[in-house]
Amino acid sequence: MSNVPADLKYTKSHEWVRTLADGTVEIGITDHAQHALGDLVFVEVPEAGRTVKQGESCAVVESVKAASDVYAPLAGKITAGNPALADTPETVNSDPYGVGWLMRVRPDAGAVAAAELMSAADYQKVLAAEGG
Amino acid sequence: MAFIPHTDADVAAMLAAIGAASVEDLFNEIPGKLRVSSLAGVPEELNEMQIGRLMSERAAQDGTPLSFLGAGAYEHHIPAAVWAITTRGEFYSAYTPYQAEASQGTLQMTYEFQTMIARLTGMEVANASMYDGASATAEAALMAVRVNRKSKSARILVPTTLHPHYRRVAVAMASNQGLRFEELPYCTVEGVMLPASLAKYDSEDLTALVIQQPNFFGRLEDVDALTDWAHARNILVIAVVNPTSLALLKPPGEWGSRGADIAVGEGQPLGVPLSSGGPYFGFMTTRMDYVRQMPGRIVGRTLDVAGQEGFTLTLQAREQHIRRAKATSNICTNQGLLVTAATIYLSLMGPQGLERTAAASHARSRELISALTRTPGVRLAFSGPCFHEAVLLLDRPVAPVLRALAARGILGGLDLAPYYPELGPALLVCATETKTAADIERYRASLSEAMQAAVRAA
Repeated sequence: MSNVPADLKYTKSHEWVRTLADGTVEIGITDHAQHALGDLVFVEVPEAGRTVKQGESCAVVESVKAASDVYAPLAGKITAGNPALADTPETVNSDPYGVGWLMRVRPDAGAVAAAELMSAADYQKVLAAEGG
Repeated sequence: MAFIPHTDADVAAMLAAIGAASVEDLFNEIPGKLRVSSLAGVPEELNEMQIGRLMSERAAQDGTPLSFLGAGAYEHHIPAAVWAITTRGEFYSAYTPYQAEASQGTLQMTYEFQTMIARLTGMEVANASMYDGASATAEAALMAVRVNRKSKSARILVPTTLHPHYRRVAVAMASNQGLRFEELPYCTVEGVMLPASLAKYDSEDLTALVIQQPNFFGRLEDVDALTDWAHARNILVIAVVNPTSLALLKPPGEWGSRGADIAVGEGQPLGVPLSSGGPYFGFMTTRMDYVRQMPGRIVGRTLDVAGQEGFTLTLQAREQHIRRAKATSNICTNQGLLVTAATIYLSLMGPQGLERTAAASHARSRELISALTRTPGVRLAFSGPCFHEAVLLLDRPVAPVLRALAARGILGGLDLAPYYPELGPALLVCATETKTAADIERYRASLSEAMQAAVRAA
């Protein structure tokens, strides 16, 4: 059974979103996603300053068997990519909701906000429907 | 069970599924004028004896001219063992195998090739090869755009001293992907890129600078100054190099204070015979930091479950059979047979053998230039050092002179008129270790006659 923390928001494409105190959001891939990918060997995170649209491909996670895109859960400006992942991509596997975060984004005003994304309970239903 | 991938019924089912009436329909997007409707000059239904006779007669029309033509493809002596070994059944395949790890010998050979190319270029990692030098240059430009995320412009500075065919191929392959190639002029006195001509780009957003060494004119560029200029402005450096020359010249991995970022080139001089433009092979190397953005196959050395050394294709997640449209490139194989020949060539020659080949080629070309420029109406175009090619300026059009030389059994070089009309009548000549003093004297004497014949013809 995948770990789905109740305090986060989610997307159907298996990203999680955490709202930080300064109004920016932290984004990563879910426990389910890291488990499905297998051992990660490389993570490409976006450069700070880049603007992304909701649903835009903005990072790549590469495991021993596949390389997958990570999509922006909401529109905004990248404030940071997790620099530690260049040397320790395996932390996405071991701690997907903590040190394995991928990027931080300042959401665009007026765009879809983090609060409007899928709740943990709804994400659990998505996983159940996928058989996970 | 016979392996017949597509029966007529399979084909009909697939066409029905996508709503196409015929296989021919799938090619409709290619303009009719670009499609070959019939192969004129290729007769149908000849038996083996007849086709053998026809091919021998046609080959004889080419003759066996004495060639001083270089311009990207070079005649070098190929030890007989190279192709005797390359064409053994164990090696005789044009491709990396699809059940790759079942062919450990092929993978080890490719791994040795990568090691030799990386050492020759002074770079950290090489791939299993590209199609040729021109497409490797285009792939290097595309790779530079992926690597250089600080640059947003996808602008690539390309000197006109880069091979004209390479420039055309790069534009054809990469301009539809948003890359813009900006041509840098050369110094008409020295035949090299002028660092001063870069000044106007000092504060512009550029992704990469291409430097060919030796350049298309055979001249040596100031690679250290150019590389440092680029790196000081977050511009990547793409080196395009002749592998033979690297036995003598500073390898791209040591250019400037940081070395080139990507080094590519045409591999033909390493054991591949001249053959109407191909098949040849390209090579590509880079820094380990950029390896995930490098296109093509890479063979790695690893340990199996029993702890024994083995070889494997690695970093395949970049490739199109896994990443589909987001792969680094559409290249998903390599020039296996030619790489085999190159690996055997390099292992037979060794570093000392390659160095002797390079030094002899340089010496013969100097003798050639010295001999030819004694002819009235012929002078050297550019001052400064060359590797094994040089541009000569003639006082009359080049084409009739080359025709008169051809009538005497000599390929005299490349007429630069279609590529560099601003030079006036200009001829690119080359001599490698294959040319003797007698060959050079024969060219010199024939050139004198050809120059006079050309005047009479005009």
